[in-house]
Order: sequence, then structure tokens, then C-alpha cells
Amino acid sequence: MPSKISRETFIQSIADLLRKAEIELPEDVVDALRKAETAEENSVAKSQLQAILKNIEIAKKHGVPMCQDTGIMIFFAEIGNEFQPSFDIEAAIREAVILATVKIPLRPNAVDPLSRKNSGNNIGTGIPDIHWKLVPGNHLKITVAPKGAGSENMSSLRMFNPTEIGNIKNFVLETVVNAGGMPCPPLTIGVGIGGSFDAAARLAKEALLEPLDTQMEGLEREILEAVNALGIGCMGLGGSTTVLAVHVKTAYCHTASLPVAVNIQCWANRHASIVFGGEE
Amino acid sequence: MEYHLRTPLEIEDIKKLNAGDIVYISGEILTARDEAHARILEMDEKQEELPFSLEGTVIYHCGPLMQQTEKGWKVISAGPTTSGRMSKMTPPLLRSHGIRAIIGKGGMKDVTDALKGKCVYLAYTGGCAALAAELIKEVKAVHWLDLGMPEAVWVLSVEEFGPLIVGIDAKGKDIFSEVREKAQEKFEKQK
Repeated sequence: MPSKISRETFIQSIADLLRKAEIELPEDVVDALRKAETAEENSVAKSQLQAILKNIEIAKKHGVPMCQDTGIMIFFAEIGNEFQPSFDIEAAIREAVILATVKIPLRPNAVDPLSRKNSGNNIGTGIPDIHWKLVPGNHLKITVAPKGAGSENMSSLRMFNPTEIGNIKNFVLETVVNAGGMPCPPLTIGVGIGGSFDAAARLAKEALLEPLDTQMEGLEREILEAVNALGIGCMGLGGSTTVLAVHVKTAYCHTASLPVAVNIQCWANRHASIVFGGEE
Repeated sequence: MEYHLRTPLEIEDIKKLNAGDIVYISGEILTARDEAHARILEMDEKQEELPFSLEGTVIYHCGPLMQQTEKGWKVISAGPTTSGRMSKMTPPLLRSHGIRAIIGKGGMKDVTDALKGKCVYLAYTGGCAALAAELIKEVKAVHWLDLGMPEAVWVLSVEEFGPLIVGIDAKGKDIFSEVREKAQEKFEKQK
């Protein structure tokens, strides 16, 4: 059965989704920031966390993007095998990004990697980045995660030897120490372990979408405690709140490989989802 | 200590600041990031005159989100960008121009000597762009729009812009590198 949604409605819904992601943080992220502000004892760090909370309020009140780096648009699309769109979904998503760039507005961030020429509308070869997953069902779930460069630039990937599992924690710590205040801590850290060179990076990015209030276990908790003990703090000015959450995702890998990717996310862990279709 | 300063800044205004102090700035600030830094240095080398003066100015590491309206440019969102990217270009910039303060986020590497006696680095909370936009009262001019909206030089009129934390003072004290060194030490110890 073809999906009932029209192209126009879809484009408007995706543009609205971008607006939501840019202006309002998910409640679990705001909660984690509030808890950090309450727990922080360093006065400079506390003042920075208070500024962040105030900024979140102002962005929501005025309906403006919380950060001027409105990011590049990264989409995760989950499409049911029975969902039959009557139009080209990727083309419609691109159109929605162009519309949102003018309407919200968004900062034009997409440039050619070598000439550095800015396209002016956040569209270009490979941008927006859309990841597809085919699943059973008759729905289409779209998640957008606008990603700023400040934190993305501090991310890292290393191909370890299979016997170096014990070095994974130190690799994450090293990445965070080198980043210092540059990626706008308090951070969310996504760690992808296994897969292949590119699959590990994908896992790390997907890990950033995990709710911050989920229970962290084992390696996640170990990394969280070790990072927060370093004293880098909010904005790298010192204090105990460097990381809000660490999430690890794994996949099977080649017996001779151990890829590890660390994706760094600033405090503004922006993402929003919408579902089209589904059960009838 | 808390200071309220007005531009243009004199050397005496900034020499009294200590790392950790809180500062609010009123007057005029100029945005400049990667591409603007590169162009200024390129023009300096060719001994060409810049379309704006940098004497006594405050540079803001920021690529703002602007909207063109019938009344001119409007600031939507304008928080600081990562200053670390400008670390290498900053010492030559300070050699040839009387910039008295740099606002940014995340700190800078190897600039304390270049700042000594003439300039301070002020940290503004990263990502707090909606908050910053409220403190920007007017867009006075824009230069080099050909570099794109984020990379252009925006001349902004601000009122009580802050709170800014003195991250690196003009006496060589750098909070960011102190925090980073301590973190590095702790990291080495637990390895």
C-alpha cells in the first residue's frame, strides 16, 4: 500500500523537525545539564553551566537556534519494508534542508572540502548525510542530528591490534585530554568498537543518540569516572563535569582487527525524530 | 574581580586583568575566524590596507548566524567558535595590529608570549549563542562577505557583553593550559 503522506507535507514536517532539533534540546539532555550544575563545586565551572542553562531557555523562548554553529545535517532513516513512498525521499529531505536554512534560519555551513566554496544552502555532494536502515514494518522514522564542527573535529579513530583491548579506555582519555575545552564540554562520548574502519565510526555516532538517562555499565561507567577525574571541566576551565554520559556500541569485527572510534559531542546534544505511517 | 570595559581598549585597561577575572565589554567588537585571519595576514604581507582598523579592538572568534531583513542584518545566534584553530595565526596578527582582547572558547595554544603586555584572551561560554545574540545591539558593518557568512568580518555593537572569563592574561598566566597540564599528569599517572 503506497504511503499516504504527500511530498509537501513531508518536506514541511522535516523542516519542522530541523527547527525543533536546533531550538530545543531533548529533555534527558537538559536534565543531565541541570544535575551537573547542581553537583558542580568549582565556581567558574558552575557559572558556565548556568550560562548554558540560561542559553537553552532563551533559545526556546525566542525560537532561535541555541548555537550559531547549526551544524551539518546528519539523518538516520529507518524505513519499513512495507512503506512505499510516492516520491523521492532523499530529494525531499534535501529540499527540506534548503527550506529550513532560509526559514529557521540555519547558518550555511556546507563547503567544498578543497575549494572551501560555501554552497549557501547547506546542500552539497554527500550533504546532508543520510543513513538508511531497512527494517520490517510499514513506517518511516527519520532522526536528524545537526553536528557542529567544534566537537566533531576532536573525534578520533584508531585501528588497534586485537590484543590491545586494555588500551581502549586510555585511547578515549587521550582523545578527551587532547581536546581540552575545545569541544565545549560537558560532553557526550560515543564509542564504537568493532565492525570495520567506517562501521566503527558509524557506531560511535549512533551511540550519541542514546538517551543520557540510560544506565551506564562496565566500560562506559569506567570511562565516565576516569574522564571526570581529569578535572578538565565545563569549557575546559576546570571542574568535575567534563562528561555527561559515555555510550559504547559494539559490532563483530574481523579476527585480526579491533577498530575503535570516539565521537565527541558538545553539551548541545541536538537530535529529534519523527515517525510517518506505522500500524493501521 | 569583575571589570566593565568600553572599547577602544587601552593597554592599561587590560594589563590590570588577571586570569580568572570576570569581564564585560561594551562598544565595538569584530568577528574574525579562520579565513579572515588568513586574509588579514595575506594583506599585511603585501602591505595592503585593511578595510577596517584593528587598533584598540576586540576580536571575537565567531561565525555568526545572521539574517538579512529590510532593515539590514539581524543577529540570530552568535556564540564563540573554537579558538584553537586560530592559535598559529594569532602571534603574527598581534605583531602588526594593536588588538587588545580576543574573545573565544576553548583557549589557545602557544600564544601566551605573543599576548604578554598587550592583549588578553577572554573565554565566553561555548554554544551560548542565543544568550550572546541578546547582548549584540547592532550590526554596524560587514566586510569580506565573499568568504561566506561564518567567515566574514562582522562589526558588532555590544552592551555588557559577558560574562567573559579572563582565560589568558597579559602576564603569561593561562588557565586552559594549567587545566590541560594537570589533566595530562593525572592521565599519565592512571595509565
